[in-house]
Amino acid sequence: MTLLPVLPILIPFGTAILCLVLWNRPGLQKVTAALGSVSLLVAALILLAVVRREGYLVLQAGGWPAPFGISMVVDLFSALMTTLAAVTGVAVTFYSLSSSEQGREIQGFYSFLHWLLMGVCGCFLAGDLFNLYVWFEVMLMASFILMSLGGERGQLEGGVKYVVLNLVASAFFLTALGVLYGMVGTLNMADIAQKLQRVDQPGLSAALAMLFLTAFGIKAALFPFFSWLPASYHTPPAAVSALFAGLLTKVGVYALIRTFTLIFTQDFAHQLILVLAALTMITGVLGAVSQNHFRRILSFHIISQVGYMVMGLALFTPLALAGSVFYIAHHIIVKANLFLVSGVARRLRGTEELAHLGGLLRTAPWLATLFLIPALSLAGMPPLSGFWAKLFLIWASFQEKNYLIGAIALAVGLITLLSMIKIWTKVFWGKVPAPQPEQHAGQQKLPLREALLLYLPMASMALLTLMISLWPNLLFQMAQEVAAQLLNPAQYIEAVLGGGA
Amino acid sequence: MEVLLALVVGGLYTAGVYLLLQPSPVKLIIGLGILTNAVNLLIFTAAGLTRGRPPIIEEGLSRPIGPIADPLPQALILTAIVIAFGVLAFALVLFSKTAEITGEDNLDEMRTSDP
Repeated sequence: MTLLPVLPILIPFGTAILCLVLWNRPGLQKVTAALGSVSLLVAALILLAVVRREGYLVLQAGGWPAPFGISMVVDLFSALMTTLAAVTGVAVTFYSLSSSEQGREIQGFYSFLHWLLMGVCGCFLAGDLFNLYVWFEVMLMASFILMSLGGERGQLEGGVKYVVLNLVASAFFLTALGVLYGMVGTLNMADIAQKLQRVDQPGLSAALAMLFLTAFGIKAALFPFFSWLPASYHTPPAAVSALFAGLLTKVGVYALIRTFTLIFTQDFAHQLILVLAALTMITGVLGAVSQNHFRRILSFHIISQVGYMVMGLALFTPLALAGSVFYIAHHIIVKANLFLVSGVARRLRGTEELAHLGGLLRTAPWLATLFLIPALSLAGMPPLSGFWAKLFLIWASFQEKNYLIGAIALAVGLITLLSMIKIWTKVFWGKVPAPQPEQHAGQQKLPLREALLLYLPMASMALLTLMISLWPNLLFQMAQEVAAQLLNPAQYIEAVLGGGA
Repeated sequence: MEVLLALVVGGLYTAGVYLLLQPSPVKLIIGLGILTNAVNLLIFTAAGLTRGRPPIIEEGLSRPIGPIADPLPQALILTAIVIAFGVLAFALVLFSKTAEITGEDNLDEMRTSDP
């Protein structure tokens, strides 16, 4: 039995514990955290390579055969998501080596960062719904702490909303699990997929689908469950919001895609998801237009982007699902990067209100470049990665003769561009405004070591975006393989349960 | 028995949701506590009730005779209780810290971070 499938869980686990042991040694904590994140990335890449060759990797915990024990299942989708989580983890860890304020590492910042990564990877690798619930909670607990670490007023008030709504989501999830267990007597996803077809209770299984949709919808910030996100995401330090923006909602999207391709494949559920996707895109982008705060604008864009990812799931064709997967990959990298940029802008100027920013193009030209690449990509300008992602999705919607959703997606892309231009003109162009009386001054000049630690992660993420932009076929090919696997649940079931079950 | 428990579960959900909608943080925490317990009871009930038949295999046999109570829901509930306990403890600390810093014990007034 090889441990490879659970390495992305074990490595952050070990790192987090080491960081706790080194509680009073901030320097060693930083080294450990950096090494841990890099080895997580290496493990995730190996996992991705192995899974791409072999299709599925299944680990039965404790050697108990599938429906009885807990299975960890890695298909290409899980492996790809784990890799993306690791990429974000590395970037955020290195970025926070410089940016986390004095004292946060004493409070366990790096440890909780790795607990969070462990929870996220666990969610991607779980092959059992109850296990997924447990990983969700691990991830949430770590994110609660990261959200409120530091104890500023905005953080605590945002944290309250974040915590309560996510606990309600967990209650929905657990309710759904209880009813589901009562119906089919199993929690292994492959086993559920198989047994639910034989249970002739369409009403109850439709109700279950809705319960899962609500639970994961809250975590993915779908319309109308997104209100916790813009209230909380702009409050913690930039490194933390970058990690949240890149990964947490995407775990919800991952869970939605997993359950609604494997377990619930009814037509009406996907139609409902399509309507929700459209409303999510529209409300998210309109919310962003109304904001005048750097990170609040970006937070609202997360919501509208989640709409796109879910739109691919709702259309439910190979091309649309591949588009979704491509979109998730592109979005994680781009979005995390934008939040990192906003953090540097705050460092330089001490504020994130657009009205009090300006002239950064002259004082920090590299920052401006590093903003422009992800921002234009987010808006879907050719030839950047966001353009390809939107192209695949809109193409899929036209193929399905669903012109309305395609048109909405196009319009939302246009408004996204509008609000990226708004940030660009107000933050980077114009004159340097006179500092406000209550505003604490930013650092005009960053020491070289800090500047390197801040800029290197951003530059690597931007480089990654450019690579996806110039060679989209590499990622798209993988996305198509993922979609093929997702649309063929029989393969998944056989890989987990073995042919005989 | 199932009907009675189903009614209890429904009542607990109602009470939990009602308290969640109150502006007072204390009521909200109590609401969360009630809600998580309602969920636990739901798992217990939905999985089917078997009275007086412990899942123990008699000596000398390799499988139990007749129907036995399913032990798995209890394991699930135990896990859920532990998680809910930890999360509730965290929420209590968070709420008390928030009240301390903002000087506010009305959730409707905590609006500085709202969009």
